[in-house]
Amino acid sequence: MPEQLIWGMEVFLNGLMAGVLYALVALGFVLIFKASGIFNYAQGVMALFAALTLVGIMEGQVPFSHLINAIFGTEVHHFGWHVPALLAILLTMVVMVAMAWVVNQLIFRHLVNQEPIILFMATIGLAYFLEGFGDMMWGSDIKKLDVGLPQGLNPFIDEVTYNIFGYGFFIDNLDVVATVVAALLVIVLVIFAQYSKQGRAMRAVADDHQAALSVGISLNFIWVMVWSLAGFVALVAGIMWGTKSGVQFSLSLIALKALPVLMLGGFTSIPGAIVGGLIIGVGEKVFEFAIGAPYLGGATEIWFAYVLALIFLVFRPQGLFGEKIIERV
Amino acid sequence: MKLKLATAAIAAVMAAGPALADLTFSALSYRTGPYAANGIPFADGYIDYFTLLNERDGGINGEKVNIVECETGYNTEKGVECYESTKGSGALVYQPLSTGITYQLIPKVTSDNIPLHSMGYGRTSAKNGKVFTNIFNYPANYWDGASHAVTHILDINGGDISGKKIALVYHNSAYGKEPIRTLEELAKKHGYELTLLPVDHPGQEQKSQWLQIRREKPDYVLMWGWGVMNQVAVQEAVNIRFPMENFIGIWWSGSENDVLPAGDGANGYKALTFHNLGSDYPFYADLKKYVVDTGKTAGAGDQLGTALYNRGMYAAMLAAEAAKTAQDMHGTTAITPAMMRDGMENLEMTEAKMAALGLPKFGPEFKVSCENHGGDGFGAVAQWDAAAKEWNLITDYFQSDQEILAPLIAEDSAAYAAENGITPGC
Repeated sequence: MPEQLIWGMEVFLNGLMAGVLYALVALGFVLIFKASGIFNYAQGVMALFAALTLVGIMEGQVPFSHLINAIFGTEVHHFGWHVPALLAILLTMVVMVAMAWVVNQLIFRHLVNQEPIILFMATIGLAYFLEGFGDMMWGSDIKKLDVGLPQGLNPFIDEVTYNIFGYGFFIDNLDVVATVVAALLVIVLVIFAQYSKQGRAMRAVADDHQAALSVGISLNFIWVMVWSLAGFVALVAGIMWGTKSGVQFSLSLIALKALPVLMLGGFTSIPGAIVGGLIIGVGEKVFEFAIGAPYLGGATEIWFAYVLALIFLVFRPQGLFGEKIIERV
Repeated sequence: MKLKLATAAIAAVMAAGPALADLTFSALSYRTGPYAANGIPFADGYIDYFTLLNERDGGINGEKVNIVECETGYNTEKGVECYESTKGSGALVYQPLSTGITYQLIPKVTSDNIPLHSMGYGRTSAKNGKVFTNIFNYPANYWDGASHAVTHILDINGGDISGKKIALVYHNSAYGKEPIRTLEELAKKHGYELTLLPVDHPGQEQKSQWLQIRREKPDYVLMWGWGVMNQVAVQEAVNIRFPMENFIGIWWSGSENDVLPAGDGANGYKALTFHNLGSDYPFYADLKKYVVDTGKTAGAGDQLGTALYNRGMYAAMLAAEAAKTAQDMHGTTAITPAMMRDGMENLEMTEAKMAALGLPKFGPEFKVSCENHGGDGFGAVAQWDAAAKEWNLITDYFQSDQEILAPLIAEDSAAYAAENGITPGC
């Protein structure tokens, strides 16, 4: 088999894995949009905040320590304990649920039935506030996140592909874990949205706030639930990306990776986020390998992802799996 | 009532502003945003150095130092705003710690006759003082760095690297592209094959670049990165099991932040530097006594001895020494920015001077002149010890290849002079 083809297959597989990581971020956007029609600009910052909180809890860091020390002249930084990863993840989830409740109570409860652009603007404000709040709470240094996920070359895939092609493929163990986690997440979320009482209520709220209220659905409960779910997805994305690069403020920029995925997969489809992520991941990696690096000087991935999404958008504006909205005059 | 209000306002302004006799130094810092993790240690080191001078020596030759800090967020527009809003304070020199901000400030500081020091960043050809009268980039610049990396590779290969493959992983921006021309010229001279691998901002996803490295198996990888790009690159290199001792970053890819997230895998990674590392200096004892123990640190006091803290300290040291030179030259302790420029242009750093400051061998020896605002291009190589979690210098300071660099600097600065109607001269 030609060398280029074998390498292309490796790139394709890595594209699929990268796509799963993009989809993890996109899922959070989809959940909130599906239930409330809000394009949550703060989703990337939520991933950052969740990851910061997780590391802070694991390391026993005193929240707001810089502030406390500056005001009271103390020198407190750590409680002196280390919390096991699983317990820390659970505690972080409690924080994310609390955050969802506060966000709903202070912001979105007051914006029911407002124009989507108003809701969008509110999430921009939330994003900047949350970034500053996270900075103040946990500090802005880069933190190593280790919840026990494996990283580096997967020796099994390396060996199998070497035996077949005479060239061992590189697949990152972390990407394999991310794929399994994303698959489980999608299955659980789809079952929840389609078959549970709360899931159906969530979809009803998404269709029409007023109508949902009139049949006794608690809008507050649904929104808190959805923001909590998005917080959970943000935590998962934060763990995966934070393990790769350390937990730092650039983590919030992973939202940029989700936008072409959403354009392609649609804003309302959970499977769409996954399929969109895979198409973007494979598309950008294969393009970079076949055309970008050899002919265009490289670094084509970011813009090509958007070109790919735009091409899909031209032919299917609602995205691959998005709901077609027909407004009759 | 109006009189009372006016008096109160004047009193408030006088209390808030620096005393007129103070020497004011600006600190365009970034303690917030995606690059805060790098901005904080530099700013802390810079300010703590001056705090020590104030607390221990009563300032510089009896003149208290006043620091005017302004948050840029590593944003060029905010950086320019900071400059405009602080230049009235009489700031003697600007050090923006950003190539983008530096480029914007070059014409402004020149017209305002305020010196700007872009140490190891900014416009490389600003080394030519005949064109860039107010810009200084001593002791080393990006092109020096590119040459240092190649010289180091030459040294470990017995002086022959013909046929070797060197890949450059770089931030796809003006900053990241800086070393390309130098590396291409050096490739012609030494016969190595250069592969260019750009990484788009911010650099969180580099799978394509590292798969290419895994396929093409370059002998050495150089990196011009910043922020998250560095941490991801080091982790990806670990993942593909690239020999870390053959992976060399520029000084902006050589802080603890860049290697700690990758854990033990980062052991052996190398980075260039133009100053020394660690805290094993007599100066640090004074710093602890007069600044740390008295609670006067600029930040939380948790950055002492890190690579970027030392860099901030080094920047302050060079600024303070230039101020002393200016005071001697002009026979006054109350110097102006124009006098400070003269001091910078006549700065000479010797080992005796650094040892007297309690920082022996902290930086290379160099001499600035009207023609040469960039020093002599000396740098060194540091290596990360993951077990001890510390950087160690593994070479002495050595000079960049001036035979290659001098014509490049002359060419680029001449183009700038032509574009801007500048008549070069001293």
